[in-house]
Amino acid sequence: MERHTIAVLVNDVPGVLTRVANLFGQRGFNIDSITVGASEEAGLSRMIITTGGDERQLDQLIKQLNKLIDVISVTHLSKDPMVSRELALIKVDATPSQLVELNGIVEPFRASIVDIGPNSLIVQVTGDSDKIDALLVLLQPYGIRELTRTGCIAMARSIVPAAAAV
Amino acid sequence: MSVEAAALTNRISGADIGMGEVLTGAETLLRCLILEQVEYVFGYPGGAVLPIYDSLYSSRLKHILTRHEQGAIHAADGYARATGKPGVVIATSGPGATNLVTGIATAQMDSIPLVCITGNVAQHLIGSDAFQEANITGITLPITKHNYMVRDIRDLPRIVKEAFYIATTGRPGPVLIDIPKDVSNAKAPFYYPEKVEIRGYVPTRVPSDEDIEKFLQVIQAAKKPVILAGGGVIAANADSELLAFAEKTRIPVINTFMGLGGFPGDHELALNMPGMHGSYAANQALLNADCVIGMGARFDDRITMGRTKEFAPHAKIVHIDIDPAELGKNVATMLPIAGDVKSTLRKVLPLAQACDTAEWLAQLKAWQEAYPYRYKKVEGELKPQEVIEMLYETTQGDAIITTDVGQHQMWVAQYYKFKRTRSLISSGGLGTMGFGFPAAIGAQLAHPGRTVIAVVGDGGFQMTNQELAILHQYNVPVKVVILNNKCLGMVRQWQELFYDNRYSQVDLSNSPDFVKLAEAYGVKGMRATTPAEAREVWKEALAYDGPVVIDFQVTEEENVYPMVAAGNTLDQMVMGDE
Ligand SMILES: Cc1ncc(C[n+]2csc(CCOP(=O)(O)OP(=O)(O)O)c2C)c(N)n1
Repeated sequence: MERHTIAVLVNDVPGVLTRVANLFGQRGFNIDSITVGASEEAGLSRMIITTGGDERQLDQLIKQLNKLIDVISVTHLSKDPMVSRELALIKVDATPSQLVELNGIVEPFRASIVDIGPNSLIVQVTGDSDKIDALLVLLQPYGIRELTRTGCIAMARSIVPAAAAV
Repeated sequence: MSVEAAALTNRISGADIGMGEVLTGAETLLRCLILEQVEYVFGYPGGAVLPIYDSLYSSRLKHILTRHEQGAIHAADGYARATGKPGVVIATSGPGATNLVTGIATAQMDSIPLVCITGNVAQHLIGSDAFQEANITGITLPITKHNYMVRDIRDLPRIVKEAFYIATTGRPGPVLIDIPKDVSNAKAPFYYPEKVEIRGYVPTRVPSDEDIEKFLQVIQAAKKPVILAGGGVIAANADSELLAFAEKTRIPVINTFMGLGGFPGDHELALNMPGMHGSYAANQALLNADCVIGMGARFDDRITMGRTKEFAPHAKIVHIDIDPAELGKNVATMLPIAGDVKSTLRKVLPLAQACDTAEWLAQLKAWQEAYPYRYKKVEGELKPQEVIEMLYETTQGDAIITTDVGQHQMWVAQYYKFKRTRSLISSGGLGTMGFGFPAAIGAQLAHPGRTVIAVVGDGGFQMTNQELAILHQYNVPVKVVILNNKCLGMVRQWQELFYDNRYSQVDLSNSPDFVKLAEAYGVKGMRATTPAEAREVWKEALAYDGPVVIDFQVTEEENVYPMVAAGNTLDQMVMGDE
């Protein structure tokens, strides 16, 4: 199943998240992640939704979202080059003596250790999903006590190579 | 008169609608309804809508007090289907609001414009599980085109204006407005907006010249084209355009169940209904067509049988629909056209030419003649199909017929040839039992001069028969035709065919005496058990100036044929008894 990232610009009114989430449930679409926050315009929010499905399902999903009165626009971001980011906090079983070793792992990922306790420390990492997954694999052997990830936020790249622009 | 004109007249005349006048939320609501040219409101009072009912007391709006909120909303729906104007219903909070749910879902599935107004508890109580509190906007989220909760009286006029606009434009549908009691009681100067602007809502779509060009090419190349005309033809008031288009191009027309009446059923190009209980000719047309033109039809699974890949296997499919999400939703289309049927046909009509369909039409005619709808007559026994044929003969396809859901509904579709648009009123998408009778009340109020017949089963009628009170109270001359087979007929049919005659919970032989029931409500009741009696009684009922309930006691174990069993394809039709 293909993964897609779509941006949904919505009126910032009560219940709008429920409307969007409900549509996924009602129509049998899956939500992998959803993030909502302010947009560049007062009164409008932007939702970034990652979902799976073939082209027909995606087409139908976009059309159904467009039918919602509070939806202003729907953009299929992942069809063109885009920048996407996720944030994760990872609590790893480790003592301060392992700090140097762990720093060696997280640094190439431009992640950082943001809290240190007697038996655990917290790694903060941002990047696309794959990068975070890769770091998790490396941290796994130490023991991951707690993990929290945001959904992804994304934006189309400003310069789209001619060939990629369809 | 347009809404703007009405507003203007009222402002100029300084009559009872003044702009800037300080009004309560309840008064504001009712003035908005008058400005929207609402004629009838169907509803039921209660604590949370008391301010509204108090204002109704001195309003010029006509309110119909039904005996159940479900009756109110189906009546509003019947009014909307019969007129194309939005139906309006008012219910109180909590149980009043939840009693609307079936009716809202019914309207949503068939794209019927409704504005539903519900009361709610005062805002400071919302979320506290207060007495008669229900989160009706949450409950109706998936079954409304849109819904609102009014949090400030100053938003109320805009919201009502938007609600009517949303309900009636684009693909129509139900819109709900929930008004907390403190908003109904609050006061503010009244201003009604002149225009509606909803960003991101694009209700009107006219196809591009390029689409029209492609469309013409496809039909000109076709040898065996067929139009599949759905409810969208009726919603768009495109019946005369469809007639002109079909006659000019000589393309035959299949009407879906929701589309019946959108094209005259007795026309030489008419093929009746396709699908599960459709005609042999209509199903053969789909199986053999090289081009299917869907117009405001959504390729529902009662037509495709869910086997969308095997549906119309040789055809290029053109699909015209106001709702872009319908294009490609159920079947893969060769040419999707986003546009309402009326404006599309208006663009196409001057350019269209006659297609070379003589041979195809001859083939279809042969199928129609070889396999008409038929049933076995038995001496002295009253067959349900015979009753419908009688209704057709005596009204010449001119009556408004509402139905409930079940076998009688399918017999109406088969044996009554609807000639006029908006003359079949039935719950197609949701298949709501209990719909037909209250919907007839709404249709009759909308058209006091026309014959309105509610054809109902003995099962469905008992879901909303308390609305008999309305017939008497407001003297609404609906003719209620009960096809009484003493059972839940359609369920019994499935149990006979697919569950080895194990008739589980379908016996209705203990129903009340419907004649006495009618009389108890002050309505004339009649009964017929033989074909001869049926003719006599029906003649009297038609001539009678007022409401009548007729208990037609029909053959109990009669099945609807032809039939394509769910999961089969259209070529696996069972032709039935004869
Ligand atoms: C509210 C509701 N409940 C259940 C059904 C399922 N159902 C479909 S047809 C039918 C039987 C209808 O019997 P009746 O009203 O007597 O009509 P008939 O089929 O005998 O003409 C039932 C129970 C339904 N459509 N709607």
